[in-house]
Amino acid sequence: MYKIEKRYVDEMVAHAVAEKPNECCGILAGVDGRIAKLYRTTNIEASPYRYNVHPKELLQILDEIDDNEWQFSGIYHSHTFSEAYPSPTDVSLAFWPEALYFLVSLADSHNPVVRAFHIVDGKVTEEQLQVSE
Amino acid sequence: MAVEVRVTATLQRMVGGRSVTAEGSTVGEILDSLDSRYQGFKEQVADNGQLRRFVNIFLNDEDIRFLKDLSTPVKDGDVVSILPAMSGGC
Repeated sequence: MYKIEKRYVDEMVAHAVAEKPNECCGILAGVDGRIAKLYRTTNIEASPYRYNVHPKELLQILDEIDDNEWQFSGIYHSHTFSEAYPSPTDVSLAFWPEALYFLVSLADSHNPVVRAFHIVDGKVTEEQLQVSE
Repeated sequence: MAVEVRVTATLQRMVGGRSVTAEGSTVGEILDSLDSRYQGFKEQVADNGQLRRFVNIFLNDEDIRFLKDLSTPVKDGDVVSILPAMSGGC
């Protein structure tokens, strides 16, 4: 069970809607079991089908996380037309086993869905989210 | 030349920390040096002398693909950051 404040779930959805039809992507930093900061990142693919966090932004964000003694906690991206579940591409490119992967689906535009997964060595395991105010 | 090498994810587990010091005069030599201490290190990053497609290496804050790739020279006090791509798609 992963506890997350509703404002961060709302922020991921808002980012996904803002980037639609392209996929959005971002990073979550944590401290003491809660999220310290959500980073919206640039999807250099600018595509409805792919995301790729700008490498230089990634470097700067990881440095900031280190400087603040936060933990690198999560990666999020959106699926504009498909469910909130890691695709085969997501699994094959999951190079960050320590992170929780958040998926935002806008397939039902009136009811966005956010789910979270561990992706380790090609194995996908869902982590239930406990959303608090 | 002694440089600080910052790593994440799989490489972080391999070296047992977020950063490690290594010797070499180019990025490629740094990788060779680390590979001699941590077996399989270089294979994670490069293949046949080429940087893997889904790996990015920065010398300080410059992407080595825009410098001289693995032949990029390093000097004392430089920081080399190795980052896997953060990517995927539906």
